[in-house]
Amino acid sequence: MTNVLDLPSATLLPVDQPARRPPRPLPLVCKLCRTLHAALPSATCEECLGPLEPWYEADRALPDAATIARRPPSLWRYREWLPFDGEPVVSLDSGFTPLVEAPALARRLGVARAWVKNDAVSHPSLSFKDRVVASALNAALGLGLDTVGCASTGNLANAVAAQAARAGLPAWIFIPHDLELGKVVGTAVYNPRLVRVRGTYDDVNRLCSQVADRFGWGLVNINLRGYYGEGSKTMAFEIAEQLGWRLPTAVVAPMAGGSLLTKLEKGFREFGEAGLVRGPAPRLYGAQADGCAPIVRLVEAGGEQITPVVPRTIARSIAIGNPADGAFAARAIRETGGWAAGVSETALVDGIRLLAETTGIFTETAGGVTLAAALALAESGRFTPDDEVVLCITGNGLKTVEALGGVLPEAPTIDPRLREVEALHARDL
Amino acid sequence: MPVTFSLPTVLARLADGQATIQSTGATLGDVVAEIAGRFPRLAPRLRDETGGPYPFVTYYLNDEDIRFRNGFATPVSAGDEITVVAAIAGG
Repeated sequence: MTNVLDLPSATLLPVDQPARRPPRPLPLVCKLCRTLHAALPSATCEECLGPLEPWYEADRALPDAATIARRPPSLWRYREWLPFDGEPVVSLDSGFTPLVEAPALARRLGVARAWVKNDAVSHPSLSFKDRVVASALNAALGLGLDTVGCASTGNLANAVAAQAARAGLPAWIFIPHDLELGKVVGTAVYNPRLVRVRGTYDDVNRLCSQVADRFGWGLVNINLRGYYGEGSKTMAFEIAEQLGWRLPTAVVAPMAGGSLLTKLEKGFREFGEAGLVRGPAPRLYGAQADGCAPIVRLVEAGGEQITPVVPRTIARSIAIGNPADGAFAARAIRETGGWAAGVSETALVDGIRLLAETTGIFTETAGGVTLAAALALAESGRFTPDDEVVLCITGNGLKTVEALGGVLPEAPTIDPRLREVEALHARDL
Repeated sequence: MPVTFSLPTVLARLADGQATIQSTGATLGDVVAEIAGRFPRLAPRLRDETGGPYPFVTYYLNDEDIRFRNGFATPVSAGDEITVVAAIAGG
């Protein structure tokens, strides 16, 4: 085994340089009417109010697999598929999380192989939101914005607070008033302007649309949303690269606003178009808690329009009752031949425990939903024995320890005497 | 007393730059129809071809999403605040 002290310096990641000239964000194009817009802090088409996404030159130079593999292990190794002209200057070390094989889960799911894409250890804030924030903060700097922020169910708050602090950007962060303690502390410690809003995430989201309009700040998932969402594609790129430049047959991911599902589809498609991978796109499967499952219901009903719900689930990080990308996520699921599943509160807690006990990975409630949904999908015959399945675990369990209150075995308290351990051991025999 | 109808910047430019408009009506649908009649360029971004809410905006009546009430049939009262927000946000 290589001694860590012997690693070449090239394996060190570059340091943020917020004072350097930021990259130029790409123009935006409407996903619906295809109207082209100059780069700007807006996520809404001025013509039809449809969603804006970055516009990439079709004939731009793209790297081959060997070139990508030589680059530092961060999400920026895929920079030609990220929405900038020029080099990023902040958040240079996020991404490239482990892809962990999980044979015990493969057996439980009745598939050939299974992996966990482990964004529970994402840097710096322990969730996949580090990816989208890395993209959004470079866009904010490139657009000359001096304040950033977000509407958040928790993980995004952590990521914006951490990365904005490092970049020296003031941040206004809006969260529902009753979020889990870990999410609140994991934001407040970076000293942003943290605001708790009486209401659900959907109330916070509506308020932040008005805040962005009024103050002109770069709210990463509101008016920078077109740039922000592209960061999620890097999860698909990493899965393909880490599998040896090939695609799994199925991917299961949690759904909140639905953006991650759509960006996984886009990421796998873009790598296919670039000739970096071959074969059919993976079937995409979405997971939600039954207490907030508007996208699952849309997939089941087969329609095009989301019916919003009032969230009632402990899976707070995915408790979005009015998902902005819900219809697009349902379409990505249908077009790839996937499906969606909702799970009970009990099942999601069991999912957290099963993931921990079989893989050593401690996930938050959204991860419990993902594994529980995968089990439900397997039970209903959605997977085949030759499937190769990736589970996207998007956040760390230390953020939502409340979910496990009262369900884990109580640890005995003993005096520091050997005979007490002997007594415990004898009881276990 | 009329109701207050608030628009985001992207729609205010279709209403002669007015972000806040006063209107009257018995239902939200009445108010929207009155404003659509006054600002023809704004009209197709308030209602779809069936007369329902345009799919890429969300209407709030006193901070409550009207889809949890009775949509455009929701009664309005003097002093109510109606807010229109672009639907693509968050997550």
